Amino acid sequence: MDLLATIVVDGLIYAGWLFIVSLGLTLVFGVLNILNIAHGSLYAIGAYASASLVGAYFAVGGDAFPYGSYAALILAAVLVAVVLGPLLERGLLRYFYGRDEVLNVLVTYAVFLILEDVMKLIWGVNPYFVYEPYTLLGDVEIGPLFYVGYDFAVIAAAIVVGLAVWLTLNRTQIGKVVLAVIHDAEMSQTMGVNVQRIYLGAFTAGAFLAALGGALTAPMISVTPGLGANVIIVAFAVVIIGGLGSVPGAAIGALMVGISRAASVHLLPEAELFIVYFVMAIVLMFRPEGLFAKTKARKI
Amino acid sequence: MSAGVLEVRDVQKSFGAVTAAKDISVSVPKGAIYSLIGSNGAGKTTFVNMVTGYIKPDSGEINFGSRNIAGLAPRLITRLGIHRSFQIAQLCNELTVEENMLLAGAIHHDERLSFFRHAHSADARERAMATLERFHIAEHRNRLIPELSGGVKKLLDIAMAMAGETQVMLLDEPTSGVAADEKFPIMDLVIEALRAEGVTVIFVEHDMEIVTRYSERVLAFYDGQIIADDTPDEVLLDEKVQRYVTGGPA
Amino acid sequence: MRYILFLYAAIAFVVLAAGSIILPDWAMFLFAMALAKGLVCLGIVAMMRGGVVSFGQGLYYCIGAYTATLAANLWGVSDIFALTLFSSVVCLIVGMIFGPMLATYRGIFFAMLTLALSMVLYGTLSKMSVIGGSDGLNIGSPTFLGWAPEGRDLQTALYIYVVAIVVITGTLMRIYFDSEQGLITLATRDNELRVEYLGASVRKVMAYNYTFAAVLGGLGGTIAVVALGHVDPEFAFWTTSGEFVFVAILAGYMSVPAVFVAAIILEVVRSFSNLYFPNTWQLSLGIFLLIVIVTLPNGLGSLLSRRKGGKT
Repeated sequence: MDLLATIVVDGLIYAGWLFIVSLGLTLVFGVLNILNIAHGSLYAIGAYASASLVGAYFAVGGDAFPYGSYAALILAAVLVAVVLGPLLERGLLRYFYGRDEVLNVLVTYAVFLILEDVMKLIWGVNPYFVYEPYTLLGDVEIGPLFYVGYDFAVIAAAIVVGLAVWLTLNRTQIGKVVLAVIHDAEMSQTMGVNVQRIYLGAFTAGAFLAALGGALTAPMISVTPGLGANVIIVAFAVVIIGGLGSVPGAAIGALMVGISRAASVHLLPEAELFIVYFVMAIVLMFRPEGLFAKTKARKI
Repeated sequence: MSAGVLEVRDVQKSFGAVTAAKDISVSVPKGAIYSLIGSNGAGKTTFVNMVTGYIKPDSGEINFGSRNIAGLAPRLITRLGIHRSFQIAQLCNELTVEENMLLAGAIHHDERLSFFRHAHSADARERAMATLERFHIAEHRNRLIPELSGGVKKLLDIAMAMAGETQVMLLDEPTSGVAADEKFPIMDLVIEALRAEGVTVIFVEHDMEIVTRYSERVLAFYDGQIIADDTPDEVLLDEKVQRYVTGGPA
Repeated sequence: MRYILFLYAAIAFVVLAAGSIILPDWAMFLFAMALAKGLVCLGIVAMMRGGVVSFGQGLYYCIGAYTATLAANLWGVSDIFALTLFSSVVCLIVGMIFGPMLATYRGIFFAMLTLALSMVLYGTLSKMSVIGGSDGLNIGSPTFLGWAPEGRDLQTALYIYVVAIVVITGTLMRIYFDSEQGLITLATRDNELRVEYLGASVRKVMAYNYTFAAVLGGLGGTIAVVALGHVDPEFAFWTTSGEFVFVAILAGYMSVPAVFVAAIILEVVRSFSNLYFPNTWQLSLGIFLLIVIVTLPNGLGSLLSRRKGGKT
């Protein structure tokens, strides 16, 4: 029973940050119809930026009020999003709207490659550690097991972010406009929607979610080059499992990936690195478009 | 009428709450020319799609010769000799007219497709040209599909379907998207070519002039059912047909 | 028409083989690696002709390399012909298993599933310490039908061997592309519905192309591991596959030689960028890739081919 509890809790923790990242990926795909490999780089940049900002915060006397480091974390994600979101969307991606999906994957792959080296140029190749925010919240005791409080804060953050996105999309005016653009961009344009602005907003929001995922995980790991390459592939698996463009899909996908990965770590460690893709392959066998995707019939 | 080449028996199909086919039973004799009429959504295209395998009926039989083909894959039905054309001509836009025809010829000519035999061999090109000439579109052979007029696209679509041993041909709105003055020449050409080979023809058509001129028998569809199955003159005088399909006495 | 193709193939062999006389060792190695990777990319091009792109061709590159290495280390096989044959057969079998399964997927789903398969292999190999784990394995020098050359002779023999394989498979693939099946592949990319309603199986078309690509990937992997003397799980990592896709896009799907030209360009750019900009190789590659996508959307091959560029 302890083992089961451990697996569930570990799985939830992993699913938490993964959901935040995947949500951004699926949002960008839903609106812009671009599967963004560079999303992984945005995640990594978010991690680096938060490591730097948190480091800077403590360097200028943040010890007096260590909880301020959480503000630094979130500020890092905001900075990454407002700088890189518009830069990538306005500067590059908008020239590729309506092109072949696979070609667009390559465009973002190019961006991914460029950003990988840009990160090395800015932050070097040595790992960064920012443990302070991780230890601040103390430990949580569940039965005989101890967990770091921060891990649960990440789960809470994931729930908050997920609800916020869902409510924005389904309960606000702007959300309805976004859903209209997702449904039919051309039609929305003729109805007077400024589609360009929706694209920009959605991409920046997606970039923020990627960077936030990175910023929140930075205290839990050592931030090193190559981080983005690993994360993007897992996030891909999540959104493919859930169905591209689906918010609940991203949640279910992240949970399935998180739990199965945790189960593998505890029961079958050899499978840890590929269980994710295994789950994805099984799902696609039975639901070729993912769990929550709407299938379109073709008129002939 | 039990000796029909195509026997459709009690076919049902619904999409959710919408009934697209209800108790459809038809017997089409060999060599006959049938037309299907009815307003949009009446079930004509669903009928064509079920016979050619694009849609699987919920129940019922579609017998071709001695075989029930209901639910078979399109390619298997095509292999049996039931071919079709499309409302929107289905062509390969990146290929030329001749290459489209070569493609049809290559697939129909030999079941075992070759990894070695050159697709543009002299033999194959000769066969392709013969078909293109039969449909009077040989002059366009080196053009790409997007450059063609609606009429030429339709003819090529039908010509490709005719590359094999056609026994039954279903034409889905052969004159839609065709300029008004091209409609009759195209129908003349197509019906003549099909008749010459003794092919059984079923075509979907909105233009009643074309229906009366080219078909021997008409099936009128309304709300997923066949409400009339008779000669063109009789069907067009039918009260229900006038009310639901043609919108008044012809 | 065919004898012209064979003539071109003979000329290509002579010209490339002449490289063994004039090229310095490092350049010969670079060309051998480029041609080996070109084989993998040729497989991606074969799939691209049918309208799908595999983001996981590293799977077969890696299977080919590991199969050859394990055959050499476990059974002492050092003959390069035997190693090549053995790993291509293994890749053929794996390709025949996955090909029909993947043949119903298109677009991003095909790309992601192929990627997933390669990452499963990457993950498995990284954790399998019996065969080196993430450090990988070494393989000894190959022999050529009993002849065991060393030094420059070995380099030359290996290079000529690669050139021969490239010319033979390149010619075979050209014949395939021009064949009836090849035409059906192009039509599938364009309009699957039409192909099915002519009576051909789209699924078979996809499965064939995938299987051929698997064998080509295995060939490339075998040659690469023999040339490098070492294999590790990175062969299956997705960024390796990404470079293969890059070459395929650079080449386009119209010309076979363009694939190898593109592969050589990539390797040359890589080694120069390693020399002069050691920390910005990926940056250069990314910018290069963007330039290619913008300026040559149909690839290098569109420059060599009679077909007009606007056709894709």
